[in-house]
Amino acid sequence: MLSAVRVAPEPPDDRERYRVVLPTDVSQVGELVDVVVDCCFGRTEASSRARFRLCTVVAEAVANAMLYGNENDPSRRVTVEIELHDDRVVISVSDEGEGFDPQALPDPTAPDAIELTTGRGLYMIHSLADHVAFNDRGNTIWITLSRC
Amino acid sequence: MAFSEARDPSGVVVVTVEGQLIVANRQELKQRLQDALDRGDRKFVLDFTPTAYIDSSGLGALVSVSRKVREAGGDLRLAGLNEDLRALFELTKLDTLFTIAATPAEALAGF
Repeated sequence: MLSAVRVAPEPPDDRERYRVVLPTDVSQVGELVDVVVDCCFGRTEASSRARFRLCTVVAEAVANAMLYGNENDPSRRVTVEIELHDDRVVISVSDEGEGFDPQALPDPTAPDAIELTTGRGLYMIHSLADHVAFNDRGNTIWITLSRC
Repeated sequence: MAFSEARDPSGVVVVTVEGQLIVANRQELKQRLQDALDRGDRKFVLDFTPTAYIDSSGLGALVSVSRKVREAGGDLRLAGLNEDLRALFELTKLDTLFTIAATPAEALAGF
């Protein structure tokens, strides 16, 4: 059973932070999403839109980390960190792969791409999130979402 | 159970997607549709009324099953997408690929 572990706050802002580490096992993605949603919203009121955006981008980012970053290798792990702010949450997802160039992806809405079965994930994350960033290596993504 | 299946009196297979359609369960959906095609079924409604979210793997599975049904001479329609899911189909332009009805009843009436 997955659970989020509270991480010691770091200066200068002492934000509430949590971390979940899971193996590369796509069957756990749904449970991971539930854990993240519980961390971010708990018993607080959140709009259905906010929940939808969070569920979708987290599921997407973790699946990408498992399938592409970790190449579906069950010995590799995915680390999810959650940083809570008053008005937003920042989710980071890291894999143990070599990374990739997030700029080098084609447009999945192009007419010759519509009937492809892959290639929409990052586009969806960019479309639903308020802000997206990657580390230089390309194996960590940070996703910012407002809480309302 | 992520999916439930029923048959309309006119023979349309209605598959209801519970919770989410994501990387973990998209293969099950594909297998269900393939099994139905192998049985000779050709008309399908995918009911997303109880679905909270879909990831890109789920969307890819829908593209795949849509193509298989079409190639078999069948017809597959989507129904019950909430406002957020409908917006997702629009932003990915997949609303141009599928026949989407507001409700399962509306989808069934369209056959």
